[in-house]
Amino acid sequence: MAITSDPPKGGFRVGMLFSDTRYRSLTFQAIAAILLALAIWYLGSNLLQNLAAAGLNISYDFLGEPAGYDINQRLIEYDSRSSHGAAAIVGVLNTLLVSVLACVTATVFGVLAGVLRLSPNWLVAKLMAFYVEIFRNIPVLIWIIIIFTIMTTVLPGPRAFRGDDPASTMFLGVAAFTNRGVYMPGPVFNNPLFAVGFLNWFLVIAVLIGSFFGARGVAKWATNVQFETGIRPTTWYFTVAIWLLPVVLLLLFMGLSWNIPELKGFNFTGGLKIGGPLIALWFALSIYTGAFIAENVRAGIQAVSKGQTEAAAALGLRPGRVMNLVVLPQALRVIIPPLISQYLNITKNSSLAIAVGYADITATLGGITLNQTGRAIECVLLLMLFYLTISLLISFFINIYNNAIKLKER
Amino acid sequence: MPIDTSAAFVRTSEIPPSPPPPSETGLVKWLRENLFSSVGSAILTIVSLIAIYFILSLAIPWLFNGVWNASSLSECREAMEGKVGACFAVLTERWNQLLYGFQYPASEYWRPNLALILLFFAAAPVLFFDLPRKLLIITAVYPFVAFWLIWGGTFLGPLIAFLGLAAAYFVFERVGKQNFALGFIGAIAAAFAIWIVGGGLIPDSASDNAMLKAVPSRDLGGFMLNMMLGATCVSLSIPIGILLALGRQSHMPLVRFVCVIFIEFIRGVPLITLLFVANVMLAYFFPPESTVDLFIRVVIMITVFSAAYIAEVVRGGLAALPRGQYEAADSLGLDYPQAMRLIILPQALKISIPGIVNVAVGLFKDTTLVSVISMFDLVGMIRGPILASTEWNGVYWELLGFAAALFFVVCYGISQYSQWLERRLATDHR
Amino acid sequence: MKATPFLSTMSAAVFVAGMATGATLDDVRANGELKCGVSTGLVGFAAPDASGRWEGFDVSFCRSVAAAVLGDPEKVQFVPTTGKTRFTALASGEVDLLARNTTWTFSRDVDLKFSFIGVNYYDGQGFMVPKELGVASAKDLDGATVCIQTGTTTELNLADFFRSNNISYEPVPIETNAEAQQQYLSGACDVYTTDASGLAATRASFENADEHVLLPEIISKEPLGPLVRHGDDQWSDIVRWTLNALVTAEELGVTSANLAEMQKGTNNPEINRLLGTEGDLGAMLGLDADWAMKAIGAEGNYGEVFEKTIGEATPIGLARGLNAQWTQGGLIYSPPFR
Repeated sequence: MAITSDPPKGGFRVGMLFSDTRYRSLTFQAIAAILLALAIWYLGSNLLQNLAAAGLNISYDFLGEPAGYDINQRLIEYDSRSSHGAAAIVGVLNTLLVSVLACVTATVFGVLAGVLRLSPNWLVAKLMAFYVEIFRNIPVLIWIIIIFTIMTTVLPGPRAFRGDDPASTMFLGVAAFTNRGVYMPGPVFNNPLFAVGFLNWFLVIAVLIGSFFGARGVAKWATNVQFETGIRPTTWYFTVAIWLLPVVLLLLFMGLSWNIPELKGFNFTGGLKIGGPLIALWFALSIYTGAFIAENVRAGIQAVSKGQTEAAAALGLRPGRVMNLVVLPQALRVIIPPLISQYLNITKNSSLAIAVGYADITATLGGITLNQTGRAIECVLLLMLFYLTISLLISFFINIYNNAIKLKER
Repeated sequence: MPIDTSAAFVRTSEIPPSPPPPSETGLVKWLRENLFSSVGSAILTIVSLIAIYFILSLAIPWLFNGVWNASSLSECREAMEGKVGACFAVLTERWNQLLYGFQYPASEYWRPNLALILLFFAAAPVLFFDLPRKLLIITAVYPFVAFWLIWGGTFLGPLIAFLGLAAAYFVFERVGKQNFALGFIGAIAAAFAIWIVGGGLIPDSASDNAMLKAVPSRDLGGFMLNMMLGATCVSLSIPIGILLALGRQSHMPLVRFVCVIFIEFIRGVPLITLLFVANVMLAYFFPPESTVDLFIRVVIMITVFSAAYIAEVVRGGLAALPRGQYEAADSLGLDYPQAMRLIILPQALKISIPGIVNVAVGLFKDTTLVSVISMFDLVGMIRGPILASTEWNGVYWELLGFAAALFFVVCYGISQYSQWLERRLATDHR
Repeated sequence: MKATPFLSTMSAAVFVAGMATGATLDDVRANGELKCGVSTGLVGFAAPDASGRWEGFDVSFCRSVAAAVLGDPEKVQFVPTTGKTRFTALASGEVDLLARNTTWTFSRDVDLKFSFIGVNYYDGQGFMVPKELGVASAKDLDGATVCIQTGTTTELNLADFFRSNNISYEPVPIETNAEAQQQYLSGACDVYTTDASGLAATRASFENADEHVLLPEIISKEPLGPLVRHGDDQWSDIVRWTLNALVTAEELGVTSANLAEMQKGTNNPEINRLLGTEGDLGAMLGLDADWAMKAIGAEGNYGEVFEKTIGEATPIGLARGLNAQWTQGGLIYSPPFR
């Protein structure tokens, strides 16, 4: 606090520690520091005493020992001989996978519902209001359980596809929707460039990124030509070619073919499988968070003053362009910060995966590993560290974004 | 005006307005404008109607064929005679378990019921500003009465706890006006003096033959547990959250640092890991010779959790106040506690109330997570004892639907209140 | 609620004395009740019935210990624990005794510092499949989706079994029995695996129990037993010998029905020693002379408890099998009372 008056004359008295603004803040901080240190010492000594009494120690050695259990959903190589540490990493990747997927679909649901809620169509607006209210006001745990139950009881089991006159048939003969998950044709390379499977996919993605920049270059060129001559050259066939040709050539070169799932033994084999727990959790998180995002989107759009829309219309912009060029850019400024914190919520809520048997980090490290090793303190600490890292990273990006879009005021 | 007769026909009276064309009136107009204004809109309408029909055609027979009287699922199925229908009998048969858990003594159900009714009276003065301020006394006494009602045992315990707080308030009112620090320390000293002296006076056996039978907190369960966790944790976390928010805005680097670390840490981890902490770790941090009840550990962690969120809401309120308010308070010569108490917080809290209510609703929903750590709240009762019993093995929809409906009613009610409040508070700024 | 009623009230806490350091027996006596960790709901072993009373095989053991120590089988506080929380609950003193389908393994006994006081149920992990699959052996399960109820050492045994037989499977770990059943019944899993006793209990609760079979393979040894903290030998002796007393009572034909008569004195000195009419075994444990009588009187001897909670007459319908007395070809065997 700014001190404008002259400092009082005279010597130092103890009372001044509390009454003099020059010392008071130091005094309080010293008291706070002492209290804090006492609290830490108290808790720490209790912990040590209790651990000693129970004959336990804190050790992370168990992470290197074989986990001994299998995980159904894994993005990296893992089997029951891998270590608890590897199981934890599988869990981390699964958490990230379901979070990213759910973030994308929740945004789609949310934006659709938010925009439709403002639609002039009475029925649609009311339906969306109903959707938002019903999902926002019921705990996400109940939704996850309900959706998982719906999935397992409504969809047919693989057994229903068997026999001469099966109760269920595959969709278009290539994809099967079962209560164990969705089986789809999976792409396979007969002539891969790399031995490691995912490197081939990185190559494909790299080519797509190259196409993206190529297409941007074409657009830029077209704009330049337009500025110089006033006529925009027709470029759509260039763009299409740049997007399609390289990637198609690459895929053909690598010998892409589709592996169609078929019912063999107990399960469908071959093709691409998206597991039931993943789908249930993904869908539940998306639709639940979508309701919150819808509210953010609605608030964002309504925050753009009507004058802006009217001014844009007065300039002769068509409704679509009014939305794209005037309303959305302003609304996004309001929408994006809460949107990112909804993404954070999705990541944190994905820890409810244990209710559906999805092997995320809470289910591997915080579930079976904890259960089998009994190393409760270590597991819980690692678990919190992981979530903390994710959320700090996301907050970091929120701050960067907030600074970037801060209104440049005169 | 003379009538010009040169014309062959002149209308002397106005034609009554003809009715608008049928397509522009009543239902048709409404339909056209609201449901079929364009091709896209029409398609959306039809799709929505199909979706509604689909859902209702499944739900209505299920709801109306429901069986309300049976003692097990197989009896239910027999009673339905092959029709599709719900087995609501599980709700009637396990009604008490769903609401109170399976261990709360049946003869004492009136106690939580009474506590719930009193809750409305206690909350009313806080929620509705128009009520006389004197009623806040009910709010102040309520927690102690509710505690006594729900846990039972000797009433001396809550009484002494209340007296301690009352003494603290009294001392603070007397001394705090002149010297905040002295009043504050004096209040704490007074409260502790009464608690220690009073605590010593209560005989050990006081609980044995108390008017209300003591109920251990292990025996709490069902929706009552959700309500209690929600109400307790929200009310405890509001003061803590305000303190944290003030700490985060403080000019003292150490205090600010501690508050920031605390808030960011708690907000960065999912509630479920904090509940794991409550369940598997917290016990190690308490003194070796005592163990603290699981209910208390969970209350601590949920309170901490919601305090961090409330702190952020309050911080938003503090930040939204114009700088001039702070400066005006300083220029009046108010010191920090006075400025906060009389100028800043009343305004900042008013702005924050809708946000706090949102946190409260979210927190109340999150109390269902305690089912993951072996507490039998509403969801825990459903997933545990009820679905595991041989009679009701396989009744999912009725139970989950019931849980969803209960939460919906409460949360929707609170959010409607919040919207009402927002509208009311907004008028002041016009 | 001993010395600090106001504190307990203030925080709505029930502070109770008793932790790893103290003598557990004294703590139990001071509290006036035994805190017994049980599972959150496994029919037959520990589950609340419709009126909310805990019932089951493990629950009965808790009641017997309470009767032996406190003289009243009802003075038990049942603390439901999950697979995750059970060990912390015991280590931190939240429970005095854990009777919750816990497999006795080396690392739990040695590394986690618990004392398993004996085996009260010899179990093994089995498989249940729908009859229509036509599976006769677990070795035919190549490629199957397996629902696992997580908890004991189920996941580990399963991984070992499939690995050693070199066949593949897809695990679906589910936390609660109810949800695992739902998965299995809807066909989301081909196989359901957990301890054989649990499978029998689950199958018994099905609408069409006949359509499901248990496969002959038992892939693991699951000696389930109560456990206590390391380091309090007096307490572990009490719990161990309470279990032994129940077993010996069955062996000697002492039942809850003839208990009163037997106590008047018999010609069999071991019965007399067991029931405290001869010698002072109770005093050696720090208990009353008739401690074993009270323990048996609580819920009956080992065989009675078995028959009442999980035996063939119950919906769970487990045969004694390995859990018969050693004289009947089983493994249940108690050291002598002398």
